Amino acid sequence: MKGDLSVIISGFGGQGALFAGILLCHAAVFEGKHTTWFPAYGAEMRGGAVNCSVNISDREVPSPVIDEADAVIALNDASQEKFEHKVKSGGFMIINSSLSHIKPKRTDIDYIKIPLNELAQKLTQPAFVNVIALGAFLEKTKILKIESVKEVMKEMAKTVSAKKAALLPNNLESIEFGANIIRQQMVTV
Amino acid sequence: MAKVLVKGNEAIAQAAINAGCQCYFGYPITPQSEIGEYMGKHLPKLGRVFITAESELASINMVIGAGTTGTKAMTSSSSCGIALMQEALSAMCCAQVPGVIVSVMRGGPGLGNIAPAQADYFQALKGGGNGDYKIIVLSPSTVQEAIDLTYRAFHLALKYRNPVMLLADGILGQMMEPAEFGEYPYKDPDVSEWALDGANNRPARNVVSLHMPEGAMEELTNEIFEKYELVAQNETTYEDYKFADAKLVLTAFGSVGRVAKAAVDRAREEGMKVGLFRPITLFPFPDKDLNKVAQKADMILDLELNKGQMLLDVRSAVFGACPVEFYGRTAGGLLTPDMIFNKIKELYSTLENKTQAGVR
Repeated sequence: MKGDLSVIISGFGGQGALFAGILLCHAAVFEGKHTTWFPAYGAEMRGGAVNCSVNISDREVPSPVIDEADAVIALNDASQEKFEHKVKSGGFMIINSSLSHIKPKRTDIDYIKIPLNELAQKLTQPAFVNVIALGAFLEKTKILKIESVKEVMKEMAKTVSAKKAALLPNNLESIEFGANIIRQQMVTV
Repeated sequence: MAKVLVKGNEAIAQAAINAGCQCYFGYPITPQSEIGEYMGKHLPKLGRVFITAESELASINMVIGAGTTGTKAMTSSSSCGIALMQEALSAMCCAQVPGVIVSVMRGGPGLGNIAPAQADYFQALKGGGNGDYKIIVLSPSTVQEAIDLTYRAFHLALKYRNPVMLLADGILGQMMEPAEFGEYPYKDPDVSEWALDGANNRPARNVVSLHMPEGAMEELTNEIFEKYELVAQNETTYEDYKFADAKLVLTAFGSVGRVAKAAVDRAREEGMKVGLFRPITLFPFPDKDLNKVAQKADMILDLELNKGQMLLDVRSAVFGACPVEFYGRTAGGLLTPDMIFNKIKELYSTLENKTQAGVR
């Protein structure tokens, strides 16, 4: 895939849509790329709708606001409905089929249905649907290396509380597992 | 120093710390609460002052208190919070008290909403305070520029003994991108001539905004306006983006400026001569430079996230040299590169038609 990529990551508050975007941006900086992260959320806390727009580019990113995204990661059904029309023709959308049973409406984009919540149960607990989705997204687009995200995770673990840092192995497992979903074609496309 | 991924609000806070800000006084409000949060975490560790004030009114008056001693101090807020500070801003200009105010604009009027907007241009530039006064207003469009202009804000506040406002919006406050902090690049002036530092071994002095003797207030105001003239001569800044040969020139400030760039690039790719004039200082407004641009352009398109506020300054600068159109959204509605590009296409075709008909 070319050097420019825009993605919207969306879910309900608590699913980690914003954090997945932050990880992605840090990994972009790690690889020396230009990037922007722009969040949108209501006044709600856990349970409210949240999303972030991420741009990754070899050049400076003029607009943090995305018209049409190369990809959308929808962690729940509401996100699928809200952002299906925002995917560029020829782009793709990752759908969390554990939480969404909505039939795809478009024929000009690819859908990658992953039962994120069910698959997460197979991993060491707690496992993270946002990170699994991010792993799948990166393996599909190859925009950044999975290794870069792992490096970023390791760096982050040094700056957070011990309780959070203890979850580093779970995060590493989740991202690798996400990538494997695409590698081994464990999905309905 | 390497680039780091940083959120606009936190970049402003860290830059303020680097600039030597000794005191932060503020009251939380979305979308800028991270500034206070960051200051609360870092200032006390450095032995500096952090106070969560009981209100915005208290915050800005604490800034006045610190400012009269020549201390670098700041507050930050958003739209309806900044509204409460207007009386104090007028007083600061009159008493010539330095201070930095960060305004991260959200939707209004009223309490409005927490979405990004730019509808406080008038509030910043035309003031809600009483009397003849101006505050210096700086408008960043990237996180890097937010850092650079925060540095500049602290310097200008001391240099001209005047409040300086960093006018950002919710997009810039909330977004993250890589940026570099570097070091505070300015040498600040000596404040010992006027600052209230205790009258030990020198005559008493005061810093006030009440001047009752006949003629005193007019004389002082004239002096202050001579200072503003100097500010205009020395500090006016803008960004020129591909406008040298442009038939259609966009004007935009803050985050809209960067979005407009994307639209300019697309228009250029399709052979349209479009450029961007982005004021970086809003006061002093780059009116002479914009007028020069307007003399050569066929049309100006002003873009803002409000109902047309900078538009008045643009029209005043253009002064009839070419037609000025406006396109904007407000109260959380955002302009995207596509929207701006479509507007460019629409207006550009009218210019082409006129040229074909021999009309200019």
